[in-house]
Amino acid sequence: MGDLRDLYQEVILDHGRRPRNVGNIAPPCSHADGYNPLCGDKLTLYLRIEDDTVSDVKFEGAGCAIFTASCSLLTEALIGKSIEEANELCRRFVAMSTTPVEEECDTEGLGKLGVFAGVREFPARVKCATLAWHTFENAVRGSGESAQTE
Amino acid sequence: MSRPDPSACLNLSSSRTRQLLVGGMRQDFPIFEHPMRGKRLVYLDSAASAQKPQVVIDTVQRFYTEEYANIHRGVYELSEEATQIYEGNREKVRRLINAREIREMVYVRGTTEGLNLLAATFGRQRLGEGDEILLTEMEHHSNIVPWQMLCEQTGAKIVVAPITDDGALDMDAFEKLLGPKVKLVSVAHISNALGTVNPVKEITRLAHDKGIPVIIDGAQAVPHIAVDVQDIDCDFYVFSGHKIYGPTGIGILYGKAELLEQMPPYQGGGDMILTVSFKGTTYNEIPYRFEAGTPDIAGAIGLGTAIIYVQSLGFDAISAHNDKLLNYGTELLQEIPGLRLIGTAPEKVAVLSFVMDGIHPHDIGTILDSRGIAIRAGHHCAQPVMERFNIPATTRASIGIYNDKSDLDALAEGLREVRRMFG
Ligand SMILES: Cc1ncc(COP(=O)(O)O)c(C=O)c1O
Repeated sequence: MGDLRDLYQEVILDHGRRPRNVGNIAPPCSHADGYNPLCGDKLTLYLRIEDDTVSDVKFEGAGCAIFTASCSLLTEALIGKSIEEANELCRRFVAMSTTPVEEECDTEGLGKLGVFAGVREFPARVKCATLAWHTFENAVRGSGESAQTE
Repeated sequence: MSRPDPSACLNLSSSRTRQLLVGGMRQDFPIFEHPMRGKRLVYLDSAASAQKPQVVIDTVQRFYTEEYANIHRGVYELSEEATQIYEGNREKVRRLINAREIREMVYVRGTTEGLNLLAATFGRQRLGEGDEILLTEMEHHSNIVPWQMLCEQTGAKIVVAPITDDGALDMDAFEKLLGPKVKLVSVAHISNALGTVNPVKEITRLAHDKGIPVIIDGAQAVPHIAVDVQDIDCDFYVFSGHKIYGPTGIGILYGKAELLEQMPPYQGGGDMILTVSFKGTTYNEIPYRFEAGTPDIAGAIGLGTAIIYVQSLGFDAISAHNDKLLNYGTELLQEIPGLRLIGTAPEKVAVLSFVMDGIHPHDIGTILDSRGIAIRAGHHCAQPVMERFNIPATTRASIGIYNDKSDLDALAEGLREVRRMFG
């Protein structure tokens, strides 16, 4: 059993309380909505993409600390990345958060985002951590479809 | 029978009653022998579903081990015995809610099915274009959505009686809304999100003065208070077995016999018919007309034992235990900085719903979970209540007969930890 402190670490508490890059981008190159019907977590993610690079990401949303911190850390992690790098990071983040607890999970190269590995102890909360990342993938695809957990 | 009925040893005794008032009935519930997250389980989610006492578990196990067969079918002894036990349980339910007749007890899957049955039969028969169904703002989704579905089919419309800031039903507004178009009133006896006890007898009298039938959703009431459907005089009363320490998958729809008799059947199938031919079918009498197919026989039998178990403690003691913990818990929670209770009506049961400044209920729930404390975080299937109080969700601690003061101490300690973490 992991200590709860593994999950509610200073990074999550800090970004949960004071999320970075909140707001919208007008006009965005792309945006997408995400919704978690179980918890009521809700967000809209706005992207600016220039020369195949994520030049800006902002979000508007409301939800629990894990969700809010995940949105905030996503914006910090993805700004300046190429689309390809950003998509790869999304894939790795989701893979880490959904690795079964009894298995070793790979946090290599995830930096601060590694704190979200603690969410695996609380399966009901995994979606709070992953919603923003799924929403980003949708926004990049520019499909306009909204991400929904479940 | 080789072994005695597990519930045979349960009679109302002052020592059991005393035990409830002193420390709660934890030792009757085997789930508490198992730790949660390595800690003593502090179960504060009985409003969602109650734990099961050993005697209920034994009853169900004995039924499957020694007495099982389908009911109403076999001519052989085992089936006749199963039928007798199953039918005998209706009498236990009748006594629980003090109904007039056994045939007024319809077995259903739970409150949700009972309300859907009423919407599809009674509602479908009686409501038309422009008619109104009067509900309250504090209803559970299962007492909203079936009526919305009925409105789509019939052109009827829902009107909603508001609640006051402390979470009580606004009776003045309720009375005003009881206009000439209202053809049906359906109200929770006790709100699962707020704990408010509604004045159902008064509500029924006001509606009956205008000739309007009344349905009461008793899901949260039967575990806590002595219910007397003849005294309330409601036309229908619905509840679930799993919230009164019985199995899941079984519940009861009570209806006045004269009304049940006029209602069309709900589902078609075996048991609900007298004769079937391709030229036509004649329906069985009540309550069987509403009980198509093989029911949850073991569930019904477990429910019978749960009722005997609860009655062996007595509702006076259950209410006193509940009031004691409500007062104790309310005081403890009010000492937590930045905590606001949602639902403080003068008449309420031990449901402690609250919000904390700047902290989301799901974070509270997870931190408490890590300490072995089970509470509910969310909208409690009562989104209109959340809207009324302009909050997305609450954290809710609710009490059962196995709880005692130490459970609430653990909750308060957990909430102080939450406060410390979030600053
Ligand atoms: C007031 C109320 N009504 C109806 C229900 C639905 O009960 P069930 O899910 O057992 O059908 C509940 C259960 O949470 C409830 O609290």
